[in-house]
Amino acid sequence: MNVRVRFAKYGAVKFIGHLDVLRYFQKAVRRAGLKIAYSQGFHPHQIMSFASPLGVGITSEGEYMDMELTAEDTPQEIVDALNSAMVEGFTVLSARILPEPENGRKRETAMSLVTAADYLVTVKESDSFLGTKSLEELNEAWARFYGQESISVVKKVKKSNTETNVDLKPFLYGAVAGMEASLPPVEKHSDSKEYYEVPEIPDFAAEYKDTCAEKGLFSVLLRVSAGSADNIKPELVMEAFARFLGCEETEALKFRIHRLDMYTGENPELKRL
Amino acid sequence: MSSTVAFTRKLALSDEILMAVDKPARYIGGEVNMVRKNPREVDIRFCMCFPDVYEVGMSHLGIQILYDMFNRREDTYCERVYSPWPDMDKILREQQIPLFALESQEPLKEFDFLGITLQYEMCYTNILQILDLAGIPLHATDRTEEDPIVIGGGPCAYNPEPLADFFDFFYLGEGETVYNEILDKYKEHKAKGGSRREFLEIVADIEGMYVPQFYDVTYNEDGTLASFTPNNAHAKKTIRKQVEMELSDTYYPEKPLVPFIRAIQDRVVLEIQRGCIRGCRFCQAGMLYRPIRERNVEFLKDLATKMLRSTGHEEISLSSLSSSDYSCLKELVYYLIDTFQNDGVNISLPSLRIDAFALDVMNKVQDITKSSLTFAPEAGSQRMRDVINKGLTEDVILAGATEAFKGGWNKVKLYFMLGLPGEQEADIKAIAELSNSIAKVYYDTIPKSERKGKVQITTSTSFFVPKPFTPFQWVRMATAEEFMEARKVLSGAIKEQLNAKSIKYNWHDTDVTMLEGVFARGDRRCAALIEGAYKDGCLFDSWSEYFRNDIWMKQFEKTGLSLEFYTSRERDKDELLPWDFIDAGISRNFLYREYEKSKQGVVTPNCRKGCAGCGAAQFHGGVCYEPRNEAGESIGNDVLIPDC
Repeated sequence: MNVRVRFAKYGAVKFIGHLDVLRYFQKAVRRAGLKIAYSQGFHPHQIMSFASPLGVGITSEGEYMDMELTAEDTPQEIVDALNSAMVEGFTVLSARILPEPENGRKRETAMSLVTAADYLVTVKESDSFLGTKSLEELNEAWARFYGQESISVVKKVKKSNTETNVDLKPFLYGAVAGMEASLPPVEKHSDSKEYYEVPEIPDFAAEYKDTCAEKGLFSVLLRVSAGSADNIKPELVMEAFARFLGCEETEALKFRIHRLDMYTGENPELKRL
Repeated sequence: MSSTVAFTRKLALSDEILMAVDKPARYIGGEVNMVRKNPREVDIRFCMCFPDVYEVGMSHLGIQILYDMFNRREDTYCERVYSPWPDMDKILREQQIPLFALESQEPLKEFDFLGITLQYEMCYTNILQILDLAGIPLHATDRTEEDPIVIGGGPCAYNPEPLADFFDFFYLGEGETVYNEILDKYKEHKAKGGSRREFLEIVADIEGMYVPQFYDVTYNEDGTLASFTPNNAHAKKTIRKQVEMELSDTYYPEKPLVPFIRAIQDRVVLEIQRGCIRGCRFCQAGMLYRPIRERNVEFLKDLATKMLRSTGHEEISLSSLSSSDYSCLKELVYYLIDTFQNDGVNISLPSLRIDAFALDVMNKVQDITKSSLTFAPEAGSQRMRDVINKGLTEDVILAGATEAFKGGWNKVKLYFMLGLPGEQEADIKAIAELSNSIAKVYYDTIPKSERKGKVQITTSTSFFVPKPFTPFQWVRMATAEEFMEARKVLSGAIKEQLNAKSIKYNWHDTDVTMLEGVFARGDRRCAALIEGAYKDGCLFDSWSEYFRNDIWMKQFEKTGLSLEFYTSRERDKDELLPWDFIDAGISRNFLYREYEKSKQGVVTPNCRKGCAGCGAAQFHGGVCYEPRNEAGESIGNDVLIPDC
């Protein structure tokens, strides 16, 4: 039986890198007493995969992990078992039993399915560029920035160590400034025999939002292309915005990034993972 | 309405700092099974320290045992600290951020105790780093009522003298024994508002505790110790090592900490016994932890189950100095295999003698094509193995290798020491010959059609460092030049072997070894070397990329101390040694007898074959009290462990 689990990563554990998160979950599954399937061969490993690595320093409430279990637990049992094995900073939010693939078709993992992600980006007070500008000025500028026909950025290509110009605009599915803003909703999975979600999902970004509200700092919600093909990092969008406003030293930019969720499907017809 | 998330721990460092350093997880705590308490609601705050980087320190069993033991007390919160890596060290200094404990993220200075484990000599500058970054005066006598009490323990505490200036007291013995008494008395003392000095006097009254400032040392003109005398009425003339005799009914963590980043030991560690019966004359652990005491197999099975469940680790390692000597090893190992192998749990058995049982176990739990066999003959010739009392013969090694090669292995690791007492060129060359013989066994045993390439023999040598409380505590250590020469001889001899192409040779650095030699048998004057080296920039000396021999050598010039005095000098039988005030449970006479026997190449049978009268019987337990036949041989440990 294949299960897709959604979890949050917040607080101090945002400093744990992706490979260590993987190791953490390998051990957590064992602590939880879940019967996970192992691969064949002399070095069996747990059948488990993650949708998309989260950068160090970024928090999230939209992380997805697929795993294969050999027992028929209910989604609620899976969520409860995993949460009994978590430490502060990791919370399992939902579990969904995945339908078996149609005859002859290969199973699609969250990793191969993910196409888009939502982020909340909030500027820090210590940011010596965006942090010093007025909220009104930035909100107004954001509308102009996002209204452009194309948003050209320089992207470094790691392999060849060269730089290319990329137009971000086609990969920006939504971008709205301000706390009151929202992105088009994506329909949720409903509770059923196959799906369970914890009754109350806390606001993991509350601290970020509170700081913004208190100090009058700029924030923006982004919906960007994600996954193996055109993965857009929110930092890239923010840097483009700062350059749009005349900033040259993008190293001086300081913001907090919080991943809200990840989706599959083709924008705007996005579906939950 | 959604609720907000409560962050219960505030980090000591900003996001900017943590994003700027390598492996920020070293500094955030919050690991699986970390103990949470409100520091404001306890009487005693204890910070445990392993003075090396997090990944090394988190792998140490002793701290896990004490962490669990202290935190079982409601009145105590035990936290941890490790050496900040040089990148973090720099930031903490530049921004004047006081060193903090991982749990509460609060400065060390606010603690009642800082307990530092001393596992190897080359971590000594790291100890000063910890004190310095914490804002605690380096010298114990400069500390005030505001400073934590700094305690040292672990194997290097058996010659605490080079560190004497920096510690308030040393704990000599096993942590399970008197720590509770110390904490009880501290609590009482604190409630009364007693002074630091009064508390140290209370500590000095407790068996096994050594308060260096309560002793005066004088030296002879030739630099040797003239006297070592208490200057305080509470200070004992002899400090007696404390030993836990009930190892099946004592503290052991059922929920060990699991780090987020991969530690050196990324597995459950199950200590099956403490001590060793073998009596290798170079081995300090084999002498210090006498007598051997086995843990009950049912106790171990229960612990293994609990620890695997609470950690989620996929591997369990059985820890001891010589696993094969554990009476119920088969029962324990087959139980672990039967119970956990279906859950993908791997079992690792270091220090296992290679025999049919070992090969069967390895066959079940390891990938033959990837794993290697390990032998530690320690010396190449039988003559030299008799000198060091290493009861491993060439026949046993070759027979083990033959069976292993037949079983499909083709990688062998061999460990030797160079510079052993009385070493001749022939002994060095014998290392090459033994390596060659093992390779030859492979080519003789395995037909060409069945070979998967060449056999891979990895021969590694370390340089012998004489240690306190061993029969070689009097011996002259080889000089760096002699070590280099021995290495050259061996390197050349290996190249001359018929199977030279199947043998890879690795060796250790001599410079670090020489300093180890100094601090292993050093006296109080050596503190100036450590302090000088630290102040001139030495840190992480056990990491070759940070080791600065030039700075160390400058300290000898500055202080006028001689490296050779501490290393390459044979001590007289009656010389007062810096650690002679410690009673480690084994008599000086026994050690000297063993030294004499080594010179004659006479072996001493292991503790189960016959009692050599080392003195450990005074602890009333362990192998010393196993029933024996008329010949004096142990007839099994059926008192402690029935039915196996």
